Amino acid sequence: MQTEEIREIISKYEDHSGRILGILEEIQDIEGYLKKDTLITISKELDVPLSQLYSLSTFYSFFNLRSLGRHVITVCMGTACHVKGASYILERLQELLDVQEGEVTEDGKFLLTTEDHSFSLNIARCFGCCSMAPVINIDGTIYGHISAKDLPEILKKYDWRE
Amino acid sequence: MKVISIEALNRIKEKGLKKLFPDKLRIAVGFATCGIAAGGDKIFAEFEKIIEERGMQVYFTQVGCIGYCKEEPLVNVTLHGKPLVIFNQVNKEDVPKIIDGLLKDEILGEKAFCKIEKWDHVTGGEIFYGEGFSHITNYTEIPYFKHQKKIVLRNAGLINPEDIEEYVAVGGYFSLFKAVRELTPEEVINEVKQSGLRGRGGAGFPTGLKWELTKKEKSEVKYVICNADEGDPGAYMNRNEMESDPHMIIEGMTIGGYSIGATKGYIYVRAEYPLAIKRLKKAISDAKKYGFLGKNIFGTEFSFDISLVKGAGAFVCGEETALIASIEGRLGMPSPRPPFPSQEGLWGKPTNINNVETWSNIPVIIKKGSSWFSKIGAEKNSGTKVFSLVGKVKNIGLVEVSLGTPLRKIVYDIGGGGTKGKSIKAVQTGGPSGGCIPTRLFDTPVDYEHLKEIGSIMGSGGIVVMDEDTCMVNIAKYFTEFTQHESCGKCVPCREGLKEASQILSAITEGKGEEDNIKRLKEIGETIKVTSLCGLGQTAPNPVLTTIRYFENEYEDHIIRKECKAKVCKNLINFYIIPEKCVGCMACSEKCPVGAINGEVKLVHTIDQEKCIKCGTCEAVCPLEAIIRVSKQSKNISKTYSG
Repeated sequence: MQTEEIREIISKYEDHSGRILGILEEIQDIEGYLKKDTLITISKELDVPLSQLYSLSTFYSFFNLRSLGRHVITVCMGTACHVKGASYILERLQELLDVQEGEVTEDGKFLLTTEDHSFSLNIARCFGCCSMAPVINIDGTIYGHISAKDLPEILKKYDWRE
Repeated sequence: MKVISIEALNRIKEKGLKKLFPDKLRIAVGFATCGIAAGGDKIFAEFEKIIEERGMQVYFTQVGCIGYCKEEPLVNVTLHGKPLVIFNQVNKEDVPKIIDGLLKDEILGEKAFCKIEKWDHVTGGEIFYGEGFSHITNYTEIPYFKHQKKIVLRNAGLINPEDIEEYVAVGGYFSLFKAVRELTPEEVINEVKQSGLRGRGGAGFPTGLKWELTKKEKSEVKYVICNADEGDPGAYMNRNEMESDPHMIIEGMTIGGYSIGATKGYIYVRAEYPLAIKRLKKAISDAKKYGFLGKNIFGTEFSFDISLVKGAGAFVCGEETALIASIEGRLGMPSPRPPFPSQEGLWGKPTNINNVETWSNIPVIIKKGSSWFSKIGAEKNSGTKVFSLVGKVKNIGLVEVSLGTPLRKIVYDIGGGGTKGKSIKAVQTGGPSGGCIPTRLFDTPVDYEHLKEIGSIMGSGGIVVMDEDTCMVNIAKYFTEFTQHESCGKCVPCREGLKEASQILSAITEGKGEEDNIKRLKEIGETIKVTSLCGLGQTAPNPVLTTIRYFENEYEDHIIRKECKAKVCKNLINFYIIPEKCVGCMACSEKCPVGAINGEVKLVHTIDQEKCIKCGTCEAVCPLEAIIRVSKQSKNISKTYSG
């Protein structure tokens, strides 16, 4: 991202409350993740140490330091989903997408991306859609009351092939 | 168009009422996150299309969610002068049928779930919708609704949350008018104190007292904050409150700001709630347009503004001091108290933080008075609480009841009991900070003190129902892993203790438990409780401690007999194909990732237990439910499943 664009985003945040997180969120919304170069520029522009930005982006689960796949699948791991078998859904998705645990990022966040970069798989604490448990979210669309059996059909809508 | 006088406010009310009761048909589709996910958006588009095609005269709009999530998508229909009718589980094919009926001034009984003849909007008083439609069940006769008491959810699912005039129509912003024009800040605080309202975020601190403490501080700058970082998994009351009635929060915060002498408010909302963020933004901007926020509210000296701050996904930020750190752009780590936020909060200034639901009660208290409010609920627990009733229960949704209502009433009378004929074993209240309560304690009144007495907490209001298929050790492991992950790492006992507890629980569920594990878990739990700085650590051991307290037998099953009776813990179960049910369709053997299933077309299949990795794929793909879980310990499999 160009310095000019970053400056423009920063200029929107006159109020210091919520400023740094707001800027990082807005930039991630545009770029998909927080690039190192972008963080360096933000650090200079805001006069905030890069180490602080790095610790923020690893502390808060919303931020990614690595690029995501074309489609992002988030499995809700909330309590209602858990008692209705969310962990099975997650395991089945790992199998279908052929991504395995152990590839968790350095910062300890759960994020698995397929080799061809078509899908990223991550987890959320709770979407607040507990009435439809278990739920997953693909690119912002929520699928509720799903079972492991439904997954291939859902994935096919996103150009997944067996 | 700034509103200054009561006359002007009344004119907006009239305009709003014309939208709620137009002289033509009104159709409103339930449009909260869950309603949309259930297909509400498609229903909305279908109605829009047909209305357009047929050139119908309709006031077509959207509403929030009335809380009966199981019955979604919901559609409200009001024929002029008739009761409001709610259609449930509406699908695309129903839409033309419903419209055909409406064109003949009829309501098709088939999909009509219930009717509302009159409704107490509380701040707006009782509003009469109309009489008629004897073939449709009255709202007050539906078991799910009839035991509820709607105060916070007074407007949810009935008004358009994106239309400020509809909020004013049901009494919105009249309390703010009364507060700033007729009451002194002291009188407002006194009213809130007398009402007995306590913090709905979980800890139950008296709200009026909290306000008074912030007011007492001498400072030019003070802040109010709405904690909308609803982090408990399995709880979504606040999401619905924000999505269905955002103005009540703004009105409550503004009244709070007036009474403590603040000029600025922040709503800290979690990023996972995009629709709530969108509606709050719109509500704030509309409130500014009408002069309910901004300079010289209702022509007085009082000025107040609200901004939105998005959280970034950290459970610990629900804690006041961590939340403040997060707004300031720091890591969400709690700090020792004192100083309390009321003394040194955001940017070192006196700050008053309350939860979404606490703010939502404020306009009611100002309108109806503290003596009215304090009569609702139980001793020292006045008012209502919204709970999200989820998990293994028939009627899933948001339930608002008077405090002091027994758990049994919530789970059985309102919730309708267990699903699929399974018996309920426990409920979990208070999220990762709460505990598991066994059925034998279901007569416990739900209030702050009673829940604490039995080892749980009120928390923000999640009630997750668990049945015989839920393994309590697994649940303890789930919550402990959660809090371990969300621990900010500042206090050693919380950071390291939860990790050790989590490892022990994992070992137990894998059949590697040892006899002194229970004792060790208790020790760790008690230590974390007394040595942690913030509420996260102080309460994180609750799930482990309560499951040991009430379900020690399940721990013993796992540790001594290496058995998981709920058949959840993978290392302790086998998958088994019932020969009588298997037709040899090969669905399972084709999908098995490790080739552990033997069998040919039209012949009974079997699972090679040596190869099986317990992924559960076969169980999921079997079209005939011929694959079941059996305990590894069971000697006689045929007996296990025939029972």
